Amino acid sequence: MTIEVKNLVKKFGSFAALDGVDLKVNDGELLALLGPSGSGKTTLLRIIAGLDWPDSGEVAFNGEDALAQGARERHVGFVFQHYALFRHMSVFENVAFGLRVQPRAIRKDEATIRRRVKELLDLVQLDWLADRYPSQLSGGQRQRIALARALAIEPRILLLDEPFGALDAKVRKELRKWLRSLHHEIHVTSIFVTHDQEEALEVANRVVVMDKGRIEQIGSPDDVYETPATAFVHGFIGESIELPVHVVDGAVRFGERALNLAADGLAPGASKLFVRRHDMLVGPPGSGAFEGAVQHVRNFGPVQRAEVALSGGETIEIDAPRDRELRAGDTIGLRPRRYRIFAG
Amino acid sequence: MTMQIADSAPLSAPDARARARAAAARNNLRTEPKAVRIAIITLAVLFLSVFVVLPLVLVFAQAFSKGILAYFAALAEPEALAAIKLTLVVAAISVSLNLVFGLVAAWAIAKFEFTGKTFLITLIDLPFSVSPVISGLVFVLLFGAQGYFGGWLRDHDIQILFAVPGIALATTFVTFPFVARALIPLMQEQGTQEEEAAISLGASGLQTFFRVTLPNIKWGVLYGVLLCNARAMGEFGAVSVVSGHIRGETNTMPLLVEILYNEYQFVAAFAIASLLAMLALLTLIAKTILERHLDEGYDVNDH
Repeated sequence: MTIEVKNLVKKFGSFAALDGVDLKVNDGELLALLGPSGSGKTTLLRIIAGLDWPDSGEVAFNGEDALAQGARERHVGFVFQHYALFRHMSVFENVAFGLRVQPRAIRKDEATIRRRVKELLDLVQLDWLADRYPSQLSGGQRQRIALARALAIEPRILLLDEPFGALDAKVRKELRKWLRSLHHEIHVTSIFVTHDQEEALEVANRVVVMDKGRIEQIGSPDDVYETPATAFVHGFIGESIELPVHVVDGAVRFGERALNLAADGLAPGASKLFVRRHDMLVGPPGSGAFEGAVQHVRNFGPVQRAEVALSGGETIEIDAPRDRELRAGDTIGLRPRRYRIFAG
Repeated sequence: MTMQIADSAPLSAPDARARARAAAARNNLRTEPKAVRIAIITLAVLFLSVFVVLPLVLVFAQAFSKGILAYFAALAEPEALAAIKLTLVVAAISVSLNLVFGLVAAWAIAKFEFTGKTFLITLIDLPFSVSPVISGLVFVLLFGAQGYFGGWLRDHDIQILFAVPGIALATTFVTFPFVARALIPLMQEQGTQEEEAAISLGASGLQTFFRVTLPNIKWGVLYGVLLCNARAMGEFGAVSVVSGHIRGETNTMPLLVEILYNEYQFVAAFAIASLLAMLALLTLIAKTILERHLDEGYDVNDH
């Protein structure tokens, strides 16, 4: 099932949750919607599910207008951040719910329903919890039951809203791997929302980065990390150093200092220079684009993180390999190995 | 030979006493001196006995003062039976109406956002904050012979005031907040996620209501109905204004108690009063049980 979203706009009062979003999701893909809170990612997911309605724009499943259908007819599996399990039903009945509420004409008989629920509980490896109630489960178990429940209706699309947001770090890591292998197994077109870049980069085939109701970049995890399309994406994904620079006459200036960096194709004016922390190479003073004095050094396993006061006035943090020990008070030169400059 | 480890040696008697004193000192930080504690508890128990238990006992003592036969004879009076029947009918009507209204109001408040919501929440409490006599008078103003609809009602030969409809209306008005009040916090806490989940799993509106919403709030509904019923059967002020006190026709139990008392028929008055008192006791017991279940409705899909 492909999903196509065209020029979607949704306003809550004067706040534009979605401000003209276009997106195409391929069949069988596992797509991540990544962005800070308030970026519109959950709103987009809820509109695709039919739990919210856009002010304008189109949503199509396999070319068919989805907005003509209610949430009930769309056949979309939705997994909520806080699970939304039916608290008065056993795990078994939770999973069976979607099968039991089917119209009489197509409803399966009891034996088939039981078999199907058993299969799903096996799939999420929790068949031994069938008779428990949601309140008796751990967070990770609840989330897997919520997923089994969503899969029971054999959804055409699976949507997950911050599926691991409420879980602790260890369980989250396990479930991430598990979700990826599950998707590999069932291959249903899936979209999950997250504000955790690591989660998005690790689990998804493609990542959609959103900010303020707009899509900033769509690409593979490598794309969005290695070649961020906008200043926002660069700042949001990975640990970045952000410095205000000026582009004047084809040269990049940082304060009074002309940086020895290529400025091809850049519009003149105030710009921002982005460098990953580990892409700032340390050399002797005078050797690089920047000069600075080391303020603090802390060691993190293979790297040392140094706080450096640049001679232009800003203080930055860099991650340098341990082969050359830095000390507070050292004066060093810094050269960005890879960098990007964005206007504004 | 092995060395004894000092800590494991039994405490000497003076040490133990010192520890006990220290423990007592710690407790003293948290609680009042014994005399104060006893005084406070005595006061509370005494107050409850005099103001709550004693009247209850007296009601039954008076009711049975001429013996058990007189008690049942008083209850078997046609007038008494009519009052009991009317009270049950009125309670049934107003509780059913308020069950529906309360559910709708709580649903609207807990699950939707709309302008005037705060105003509506305030309005729900109006029947509690206004004197019941005034509630009754409002219906007299509306449906009385000189009232807004009085002429129209007379022309169409519809009797509201001084009849069952008027009594039921006044009771419904006075008892409206109970169900809504019981449900609003419960439904607000539960949110709409379970309903959304049900709909996305293909459930219709009715299926969602009966399979998800209602089971989640059933203890709250019962709690509201219970309190609503207790008040409906016991309501005096509003009903007194609209009833007209027609003997054997528009007297509810509380009204009949007053009439009988004013006629010095103490046994009969207290016999009926004892029924209301029993209702109160049963309500209390049921309320305690329901409150225990009500707690189960909260939590689970945590935040």
